[in-house]
Amino acid sequence: MVTVNDYAGGKPAWCPGCGDFSILAAVKKALVDLQLEPYKVLMVSGIGQAGKLPHYTKCNVFNGLHGRPMPAAIGAKIANTELTVIAISGDGDGYGEGGNHWIHAMRRNHDITYLVHNNQVYGLTKGQASPTSDQGSVTKTTPDGSLVPVYPVALAIAAGAGFIARGFAGDIEHLASLIKAGILYKGFALIDILQPCPTFNKKNTYAWYRERVYKLDETGYDPGNKLTAFEKAYEWGDRIPIGVIYRRETDSFEEQVPALKKGPLVKQRIEPLQIERLLSEFM
Amino acid sequence: MSIDVNFMIGGEAGQGVQSVGFLLAKALIRCGYYVFADQDYESRVRGGHNFFRIRVKDSPVYAISVPIDILVALDKDTIDIHRPEVTPYGVIIYDGEKIKDVSDNGTMFSVPLNKIAKDTTGNAQVSNTVALGVIFALIHSDLNILADLVQEYFGGGKMGEDNAKAVRAGYDYSLQNYKGDFKQRLSPIDNKQRMLINGNEAIALGAIASGCKFVSGYPMTPTTPIIEYMAAKSKEFDLAVFQPEDEIAAVNSVIGAAYAGARAMTATSGGGFCLMVEGLSLAGMTETPIVVVLGQRPGPAIGLPTRTEQGELEFAIHAGHGDFPKAVLAPGTIEDAFWLTVKAFNLADKYQLPVILITDHHLASSYFTAEKFDLSQVVIDRGELLGESGRAADSEYKRYQLTASGISPRAFPMQQEGVLVVADSDEHSEEGHIIEDAETRNNMMRKRMKKLVSVGRDVALPKIYGPQEAEVTLVGWGSTCYAIREAVDSLLEQGVSVNSLHFSELWPFPVDDVAKILAKAGKIYVIESNASGQLAHLIQAETCVKVSDRILKYDGRPFTPSDIVQEVKKRNK
Repeated sequence: MVTVNDYAGGKPAWCPGCGDFSILAAVKKALVDLQLEPYKVLMVSGIGQAGKLPHYTKCNVFNGLHGRPMPAAIGAKIANTELTVIAISGDGDGYGEGGNHWIHAMRRNHDITYLVHNNQVYGLTKGQASPTSDQGSVTKTTPDGSLVPVYPVALAIAAGAGFIARGFAGDIEHLASLIKAGILYKGFALIDILQPCPTFNKKNTYAWYRERVYKLDETGYDPGNKLTAFEKAYEWGDRIPIGVIYRRETDSFEEQVPALKKGPLVKQRIEPLQIERLLSEFM
Repeated sequence: MSIDVNFMIGGEAGQGVQSVGFLLAKALIRCGYYVFADQDYESRVRGGHNFFRIRVKDSPVYAISVPIDILVALDKDTIDIHRPEVTPYGVIIYDGEKIKDVSDNGTMFSVPLNKIAKDTTGNAQVSNTVALGVIFALIHSDLNILADLVQEYFGGGKMGEDNAKAVRAGYDYSLQNYKGDFKQRLSPIDNKQRMLINGNEAIALGAIASGCKFVSGYPMTPTTPIIEYMAAKSKEFDLAVFQPEDEIAAVNSVIGAAYAGARAMTATSGGGFCLMVEGLSLAGMTETPIVVVLGQRPGPAIGLPTRTEQGELEFAIHAGHGDFPKAVLAPGTIEDAFWLTVKAFNLADKYQLPVILITDHHLASSYFTAEKFDLSQVVIDRGELLGESGRAADSEYKRYQLTASGISPRAFPMQQEGVLVVADSDEHSEEGHIIEDAETRNNMMRKRMKKLVSVGRDVALPKIYGPQEAEVTLVGWGSTCYAIREAVDSLLEQGVSVNSLHFSELWPFPVDDVAKILAKAGKIYVIESNASGQLAHLIQAETCVKVSDRILKYDGRPFTPSDIVQEVKKRNK
């Protein structure tokens, strides 16, 4: 029986009131609800406040470079398909520095759950604009206001991701249910998480979000339609939808690699003499 | 009288220069000869001027020489450019019905390649293989060996049959119509089977033999064929071949796969390697064993994409932010390309660090004759792994446990129930978690840097070729090995007191041993395919031994033995 204590990690170094605390709680809840044993879980993160999250749990961890958790997660998943791989970024790490990796990972449909803590600002470097900052955000690097933001959900639909959801750090139950669904999904699952940053983002606060977010599954919304999903992806103002925005079933990357059909690569034996036949082909 | 025959096939990109050349080289290998072949091509898919050169001897051969004995010209440019290189006793084969206005100086042999192809098979595509038949008649070799090879190469279907018919038709045409007196003969001499193989193929084989299970690469000349070869064999050997969006993803995915427990490799060239440098540092910090093949081509920037250079030695050695241990191996021979790949994987696992295998277009793409690699000698050393007994049931596994050797036993995720593997690019505790305190930082830095000393003990010393002591020592690294050896032989014959010292393993640099060896040397000439003399700089910086001079070449073409002989004589008057 896996309990939340099995995932108890180090003491977080986040600011008081940071949305990351709720996200951490939701992640643990999802893993416990799924009864996943910590040694079968790998969390891969980049750099930023979100990148620290795996250190505050207890499981396998690869905390890599800024913007690069996705390719490291992809390599680990291909090497050992039995691992449950969760990649973790912030909006800078995932949508900025790692943007190219993110787009292509969605297109190829690796079986990875991607949690992006989207607080619309750079926290670790103390308050600069991020790729998702609302247009016109005045920060230390954008004194004249930031430019048009990335709409991550819309971009994910266009890139061909099979499971796209948006969660809110202020609703742990709901967020945990999305993370669970993402882990169970066979393929790439993006969960964009609206995360207040009480220190550097004075606009998109808990209160601001609470006034606006509404749950799609309470509206009879069908996440199977790409065009209506695009409409929801751009809905950002008085009302902001959360929940599963788009979902379709398709083969994951790993299911399409012939070498993985015989089980995890890490379990396959190495036998140099097997290549004798190859040498003959050069004669 | 020893045999030494030179061939060239020339034409535009897309005309099949490479296939004809490759088949001729392979047919001659099957006749028992030693063959060396290289290609000169432009960075384009169609047009331009490309050629494939083959040198055939009855003893080992590693470089091209001029003059050319038989030239196959698939276009007029080839005749115009290369006719001066053809010996007066040679033959230039061309299709006079397609290439007009060619004056005859006694070497021209016009063969209606296209017409013969159409008449015999109805398929003009096989006109190049007609030329192969013509060559085999001129050199009085065994048509059956050639016809069998061609059929095998093009498959059992109609293409195979047509090509086999085409070589027979070319052979017959030549017997009936060639009126010259070309005298070189290459009839089969030996049944001994040898391989015709290039450096890329040897590296790919080395990787598969070493149990590399994950390879990731973004296509870039000259190492793309490594990835392609492994992809072609992926089903048979259960290899995961991953083409990522860029080289940053390539190296990071390799790190992820290696962290998870698979042997993993990437291959690139200088520009792609630049993008991987941050990842190298990550492999150093997280102590993840990875192998990176760096196939050099001339820079800076895009440079000369399809040509050769050794301009990235110092870059490779110093690549990455911060101090961390790594190893740099530089194959000099085709055998090295295989065996140093095996060694690269073992060093990476044993010392838990990145290993760079640095090669170049010349070694990567040229075809050499090699005896079959003895696979029984391949040893796989995965280094110190966490055993069942290595951990008390109640204690936590520490990925970065401080040990006397600096090497912490590795574990992979899911290797053992309850064992958690925590790896971090931040400075970290023994458990792998972020720290900031000075004492832990010092302990961890010392632990990692200890491995630089221990991996250094496994680095082989440079090899002396020729007399143990000499007035002149030619120092080189990597693919210049063959050219330098041949230059030494030639200079010794001319009475010059000379030997060579060749590096195939460069980092950690064997400082004390090299200093000792060079202390006994007279004049030291360092030979490199780059503009600044990077090995010369490394030797001087590491050993404080001053080199006498540098012999440098950076025109994108490989050193020939005669280049070196000339330059040595100029300096050694």
